Amino acid sequence: MRYAIYGLVVVLIIIHQDNWLWDDKRLIFGFMPISLLYQACISMGAAFVWFLATKFAWPHHLEEVTKESPAQETGETK
Amino acid sequence: MTQLVIIGIYLALLLFLGVFSSRMFKGTSKDYMLASHSIGPFLLLMSIFGTTMTAFALVGSSGEAYKEGVGVYGMLASSSGIIHSLCFFMLGIKLWSWGYKYGYTTQIQFFRDRLESDRIGIILFPILVGLVIPYLLIGVMSSGVVISSITEGAFEESFAAYDYGVPPWLGSLVISLVVLIYVFFGGMRGTAWANTFQTIVFMVLGVVTFFVISDKLGGVQAASHAVLEKNPSKLMRGVDPKDRERYAERYNTWTLIAKYNYARRILKTLTLTPEQKAEAYQEFKPRMPNWEMTAEAIYASKNKLYTLTNEETNKGLLIQDDREMPNPFPEKFQMGLMSHRDMREYPRKSNAEDEKAMLIFAGKIGHPEKDLDPNDPSKGKNWSIKKALGVYRASNWAPDAPHPMSKLVFFTYFFVPLSVGMFPHLFQHWLTARSAGTFKLPVVAHPLFIMIVWVPCVLVGIWATSAMLDGAPLFPPHFPANAVLAAMVKKMTSPVLAGFLTAGILAAIMSSLDSQFLCLGTMFTEDIVVHYAGKDRFTDKQVVFMARMFIILIVAVTYGFSLLEPRRVFTLGVWCFSGFSSLFPIIFAAVYWKRLTKPGVYAGVLVAFGSWLYLFKESKYALEPDYTFLGMMPVATMVVVAAVAMVVVSLVTRPPSQETLLRFFPED
Repeated sequence: MRYAIYGLVVVLIIIHQDNWLWDDKRLIFGFMPISLLYQACISMGAAFVWFLATKFAWPHHLEEVTKESPAQETGETK
Repeated sequence: MTQLVIIGIYLALLLFLGVFSSRMFKGTSKDYMLASHSIGPFLLLMSIFGTTMTAFALVGSSGEAYKEGVGVYGMLASSSGIIHSLCFFMLGIKLWSWGYKYGYTTQIQFFRDRLESDRIGIILFPILVGLVIPYLLIGVMSSGVVISSITEGAFEESFAAYDYGVPPWLGSLVISLVVLIYVFFGGMRGTAWANTFQTIVFMVLGVVTFFVISDKLGGVQAASHAVLEKNPSKLMRGVDPKDRERYAERYNTWTLIAKYNYARRILKTLTLTPEQKAEAYQEFKPRMPNWEMTAEAIYASKNKLYTLTNEETNKGLLIQDDREMPNPFPEKFQMGLMSHRDMREYPRKSNAEDEKAMLIFAGKIGHPEKDLDPNDPSKGKNWSIKKALGVYRASNWAPDAPHPMSKLVFFTYFFVPLSVGMFPHLFQHWLTARSAGTFKLPVVAHPLFIMIVWVPCVLVGIWATSAMLDGAPLFPPHFPANAVLAAMVKKMTSPVLAGFLTAGILAAIMSSLDSQFLCLGTMFTEDIVVHYAGKDRFTDKQVVFMARMFIILIVAVTYGFSLLEPRRVFTLGVWCFSGFSSLFPIIFAAVYWKRLTKPGVYAGVLVAFGSWLYLFKESKYALEPDYTFLGMMPVATMVVVAAVAMVVVSLVTRPPSQETLLRFFPED
């Protein structure tokens, strides 16, 4: 699943390069420049992909660190 | 004065928060530097977001959009939304786990262990500190500039040289002291709380300002339609043919003014009679600022009242645009005419407009709240020095040429946000997390928060290009982009909202400064003093004391630098981020590549540093803000060559010991 998430990140990076909107000055809803709206959707898409990452690709084994940490037992920094 | 009072109250609140959080201070160095790993998801999200969003988030986003159009969102913001969270997810959680397990406080402690190398600290410490200081300078200086411009006219008699407002040096000093005090007392806990409070302040005020400004412009639709009509290129990344035509016409008129002034002022071969002037004025429309000179120039050219050689014309263009005159004058420009692009190759004389504007408009400059003529209020108010400079630039300099955004630069800008992977202050924030699960909220919400702050600011920035107030354009040509938001707020909202928004901008600035100050104090104490003097030599209280003293020293040094070189620092910002990005391959490989070796990292760091230095020199030490290398952002080359050097040298040198590999990669 982790690789599927990384695949989605690569897709986001590719579709972020929206060459087809380079010369498009249309206003959507009468005020929003189309390329700004598109890039705002990329931001929402990024949040969604990272949400999927927390659900399906989270490194749960690292949660265990808090229970077995030698440094924390001694209460010292390096 | 209202703005000044609101800013004062806001700063007092911050001090209270810092001192209050110090009451929870446990007295240990780990509590001072890492808040005892006690920070939960919401505080971590807010403190990380506040730290990564600098003055650039509010001031720079609107300013860049004003200059370059909507493309800046994709280039700077949505790319950061993807890459920042990628760094939190791939690096932050793992580094937190090792930091928690092995007791790290700084990046250098991690690198020393992971690479089995003590000396890596000696190389990395000056590089990291050297890259953080320009970053700090941007914050310290922009805070002074923001306070100064928003308090213009606040004093009756004092600070005339600063338009009767708070001088930038004083504003920067106060902000540095406030941040110093709450970091000094509150440490990391105070910093996290202050960042959370400040992030809420700047996000809420940013959105409120957006709605107030859009309302003043007749609503969001009217504001955007004005841009579509007057500056359509700002709505896209290419150049609209209409803008190209308008520019060609304006540039042609401007060259007539340059030639007319050269014949009149330098050669002294031309003087229009009063009758000729009257005839010139009679024919001329529209009557914008400086229209008389434009009318005379067109009249003189139309009636062939002067002749200039190509060399004289070219010299006239350079003088009119306040550019350095080459000596000897190039042969090609003695024969042929210089294009606008050729002209831009010669730098503008520094401070040229300051002296000339003060001389030309001396009779109009004064207290901006007082009438120009006390006996005739209809003549309006006195001009501020900033206004005089603006009018000078707008009426003398060549119009800006519209230019498309390069697709390759847009793409390679992706390398800039990789810098968060190597920010030492962000590393320290990651280590404050209570558990690995604490990272979930920051990873998901960070791109959304970027969108909430940047989309309104970008819209306000593009609206500013075409906004009108009382029948005149809100901003003249060549208006300094970074001052757009503050000027718009001042002109279009009430003093109370202007005061609150300034507090919001200062919040964005201070929420980065605090973490950076604390981080440098921590690095000096942990990586240099404690590391070399030995852990048992000092008590925990002494360690905290040393960290605090080093923070005071760094604040003093940064403030001192801010007084020396005020102009170039903003362009240094991207170079400083690029430096951190060029070290990204090293942190990434240290976390994921077992074959990484000590010599490989030395090679990577040295190549990153060398390529940074070479490209920085090629950009004339940041004097060319649009410098590209092979048509790309220079950072792309730095990251690639550093990664190649690191991989090649690692592969031909001895791998790390089994013990180290087991320590960091036990699951494999």
